[in-house]
Amino acid sequence: MIRQFGLPEALAILSGVQATVLLSLIAFAGGGVVGLAIALMRTSERAWLRRCAGFYIDFFQGTPLLLQLFLVFYGLPVLGYKVNPWVAVAIGFTLHASAFLGEIWRGSIQAVPRGQTEAACALGLGYASRMRDVVLPQAMRISVAPTVGFMVQLIKGTSLAAIIGFVELSRSAQIIASATYKPLLAYGCAAVVYFVLCFPLSRLSLRLEKRFAVKT
Amino acid sequence: MTYQFDFSVLLPYWEQLLRGCWLTVLLSAVSISAGLMIGIMTALAKQSRFAAARIAASTYIEIIRNTPFLVQVFFIFFGLPALGISFQPWSAAILALSLNCGAFAAEVIRGGIDAIARGQYEAGTALGLKPLQIFRYIVLKPALRIIFPALSGQFVLTLLTTSIVSSISAEELTSIAQSIDTLTFRSFEIYIVATILYLTMSFGFATLFKLIDRLYFSYPVK
Repeated sequence: MIRQFGLPEALAILSGVQATVLLSLIAFAGGGVVGLAIALMRTSERAWLRRCAGFYIDFFQGTPLLLQLFLVFYGLPVLGYKVNPWVAVAIGFTLHASAFLGEIWRGSIQAVPRGQTEAACALGLGYASRMRDVVLPQAMRISVAPTVGFMVQLIKGTSLAAIIGFVELSRSAQIIASATYKPLLAYGCAAVVYFVLCFPLSRLSLRLEKRFAVKT
Repeated sequence: MTYQFDFSVLLPYWEQLLRGCWLTVLLSAVSISAGLMIGIMTALAKQSRFAAARIAASTYIEIIRNTPFLVQVFFIFFGLPALGISFQPWSAAILALSLNCGAFAAEVIRGGIDAIARGQYEAGTALGLKPLQIFRYIVLKPALRIIFPALSGQFVLTLLTTSIVSSISAEELTSIAQSIDTLTFRSFEIYIVATILYLTMSFGFATLFKLIDRLYFSYPVK
């Protein structure tokens, strides 16, 4: 039986937003923690740490996100971990986000003038305190705009979870599209919702970029 | 954990995998070329004297940049036939990839055009060049030179994005990997191999773009 496309169908698509937003937030939080470690490794004084982090970043930036998700989704069970789809996609997106955030933050850390690190060293500050109290707060300011920009990428990226059957915004649009035979409307709705999520963030990123560009 | 990796079952499929790589490279090359054209035209439209052209260009850029590629390709492949416009999977894939690449390229190119000093335009006008000639000979090449690194990064992203068109059954590396998966049930192995192939291709693309950069844009600045 073909369902009509009405308010309930539109609401069904909308209900996918919850999973999309939640997944984006988890990926951002997880990616933030791992990404900070990657950024610190990438700017470390030890060559082997830099190389490891560089390889990690190159891998995630040089392969499709979809394949990364496939590897986690099909790889975890093979390695003996039975996990539910939520955990699998959360791990996949966390790894992906960590590489990109790591690279963004590496750039920000390196954009902080060297004199700052040298001054901190001269004051006898150790690595932890130097990073926490001197370098990172300044790097954070520089990184805000590209980080917000990456959030847009991440939100759009979560749509790929639909391909491995995870129900979020895109998948619910797909379900409604095949139930109502109104693909134009269903995907149009999904596109509008994504736009409403992403456009303000894009604008914010642009504004922040301009503001910090003037100050620094 | 007792899983036995077995890559040997994939050996009979090496020709198919190679074909997948070729199709992916082809798909990327066509979409990148078309995307570059669209990007240049859109960047021009954004600078146009006509408000309508500027608004159309911005609308196009913002819609593409703020919605996921998956939804775009679904919209084109599954949605547009409702309006009587149908595509083969490959045509839909090329259309979606070109439009996507074009919107991102347009923003990058606009940044480059903005970076060209006003005096260059005025010099061109003083030499009696027509606006299109000024654009082609004076603005475009230096602009492309400035933005080439960012642009090639965008092109590598387009290469990686091609994997998503497997979801509308357009044939390329990912969809071929998926069909090998259903034949061998060796999901992990086949996707490891496919991932390595993508890594190789994106590395190859990046190297190629660096070469082009050195060949075409290495003339002295001043």
